[in-house]
Amino acid sequence: MADIAVPRRRSWTGWRFVGPFMAVFALVFLAPIVYSIYLSLFKNRLIGGNSFVGLDNYQQALTDPNFWSSVGRVSIFLVVQVPIMLFIALLVALAIDSGRLYGKSFFRISIFLPYAVPAVVATLMWGFIYGTQFGLVGNINDAFNITLPDPLSPSLILTSIGNIVTWEFVGYNMLIFYSALRTIPTTLYESAEIDGAGELRIIRSIKLPAIRGALVIATIFSIIGSFQLFNEPSILQNVAPNAITTYFTPNLYAYSLSFSGQQYNYSATVAIVMGVITMVIAYVVQLRGTKES
Amino acid sequence: MTTFTRRRLLGLAALATATTLTLAACGGGDDDSSSGTSGTTVSDADVTAALQKGGNLTVWAWEPTLKQVVANFQKTYPNVKINLVNAGTGNDQYTALQNAFAAGSGIPDVAQIEYYALPQFALGKSITDLNQMGASSLKADFSPGPWASVQSGSGTYGLPMDSGPMAMFYNKDVFDKYKITVPTTWTEFLDAARKLHAADPKAYIANDTGDAGFVTSLIWQAGGKPYQVDGTNVTINLNDAGSQEFVKVWQALISEKLLAPISSWSDQWYQGLGNGSIATLNTGAWMPANFTSGAPAGSGKWRVAALPQWTAGGTASAENGGSSLAIPEKSSNKALAYGFLKYANDGDGVQTRVDNGAFPATVKQLNSDAFLNTEFKYFGGQKANEIFAASSKNVTPGWSYLPFQVYANSIFNDSVGKAYVSSTPLADGLKAWQDQSAAYGKEQGFTVK
Repeated sequence: MADIAVPRRRSWTGWRFVGPFMAVFALVFLAPIVYSIYLSLFKNRLIGGNSFVGLDNYQQALTDPNFWSSVGRVSIFLVVQVPIMLFIALLVALAIDSGRLYGKSFFRISIFLPYAVPAVVATLMWGFIYGTQFGLVGNINDAFNITLPDPLSPSLILTSIGNIVTWEFVGYNMLIFYSALRTIPTTLYESAEIDGAGELRIIRSIKLPAIRGALVIATIFSIIGSFQLFNEPSILQNVAPNAITTYFTPNLYAYSLSFSGQQYNYSATVAIVMGVITMVIAYVVQLRGTKES
Repeated sequence: MTTFTRRRLLGLAALATATTLTLAACGGGDDDSSSGTSGTTVSDADVTAALQKGGNLTVWAWEPTLKQVVANFQKTYPNVKINLVNAGTGNDQYTALQNAFAAGSGIPDVAQIEYYALPQFALGKSITDLNQMGASSLKADFSPGPWASVQSGSGTYGLPMDSGPMAMFYNKDVFDKYKITVPTTWTEFLDAARKLHAADPKAYIANDTGDAGFVTSLIWQAGGKPYQVDGTNVTINLNDAGSQEFVKVWQALISEKLLAPISSWSDQWYQGLGNGSIATLNTGAWMPANFTSGAPAGSGKWRVAALPQWTAGGTASAENGGSSLAIPEKSSNKALAYGFLKYANDGDGVQTRVDNGAFPATVKQLNSDAFLNTEFKYFGGQKANEIFAASSKNVTPGWSYLPFQVYANSIFNDSVGKAYVSSTPLADGLKAWQDQSAAYGKEQGFTVK
């Protein structure tokens, strides 16, 4: 009899420890996801009210040209901007780590500083810089009597946003790489020097392999960041309304659908589909990035 | 590696949470309470009784002059306590309002709603038909344009608060400097645009980066009726005669790059209005206060003229902007709310608002000598209200907005906007806008032709 009572009591003790966490976890992580899945199965019309439509919203999303054009746009952004940003960040981290830079901490702080500027403020600032009428670009045009291409035109807007995002996040990624580089034991460098290895060889054979994990993390964060692109286009929309459509990025599309279109159900569907796409891509990158280690 | 897998998961979960929390806040709660609201008649006596008895009213509005009206109102009716809330301007407030309607709680007793957005709320039956309270008897008090704007079907869904009969504001200094005559027709406007930009490549006749409200207003002035609404049957035709008139002139302005690529309400825009690089502004009569506060450098240089015409010698005008006060269907004290509406928009409140710079929708104020003779320092002492009042009388009748105009306007720049920044013809942009609006209408259960 006692044998039965004891394990029962034990199992409840465990729950008492994880219970509070599980309750909060269920409330703030699981419930919203479940609720948005629930929402995505309905359709609420101005005329006709709310009705259950099954997977109709998903079918609509999969064939929605606006949605796919937004996915295409952030994919281009991902493929072009992320490598550039990570390469610059790596270069800076290696330069600072090399110990040959004068005023190392000054560079480290000033390159990291943009990350401390709120994205909204940063974008507003860049919006002024990009202005061809009264902005910096306009001033340069006037001063040298030239006509620079308009950074806010539809053909250049994605590049301009990429520039802002790179400026914002190079410092952040640099810091990840730099802290990974600092954990490499200096004895490795000493023995490499004794073996006659040059700086490039040290980078290739010691530093890069050692920070592989950090590179993968930074890449995955950047992928998620690209797919979530919202602040920059949403704010620049005010100065370039015709270049940035309401479906410029998937997040912006979901936002416009629910806030100006009152299409909460379809918006939830778009959010879920996009979440799944992001998860799949991040997972593939993680698998590939960690395969050899 | 395990730590970063979890981080990734948390990151994704955070994304999902952020998105869904927003959604959760808006969705849910289908409205099934259409029970027995019709037919409840509130008489004038009931309203007077409610005002004497008093109570609490929550008013959502962003119109600045209402603050003084509320103060005066509470002095007159000491038993009434009004809570004036600024829940955002325009779309922001409609979002909050729609969320409150969907949730069924937190609904205000009175809400400010612009004319173009009113049909959407009327159709959703989320605001009260004021004819139940005898609003139809107030028809003669208001100028016809705004009165028509608050009608939907056979009901009156708000009392007009202000109006925006259009006029042309122009920088006289710029016109004098280059000896350009002030245009009276849109053809002359186009000529003036060419002359001005040729004389000074930094100056433009106007700014325009694609504004749905402006385009629809000009089509309205040209006699176009692109939106026909009969209950849930909607016809959209942005290629009618009026729309074509508009396209002819505006396509030329765009193609010849005669419009400053500056968005209204931006810092650049205010600078342009102040320094003479934007020479005209065609907009509603509510603009003067914004001139004074936003572009003080232009004081004394600007003047007001009638809106340029589509046919020489015409007097046609249109409305741009303007809003009403409406009573949500779920307001807890409709009689009292209606008492406030009448006070603010038809009674003593109107004069208070006019004194503070608002442009009224009531005939009494529009025709009063004090109003008409007001001299505007910003416009070099010009009696600008005379021009606005004339414009108000000449608004082309028969216009209606879509029952989902709020959404249609929000996607304007996706389609028509392309014409402003690429070689897409304006007519094609309008066609795309029409198609996308129609698709949304069908999606929402309307019969769209």
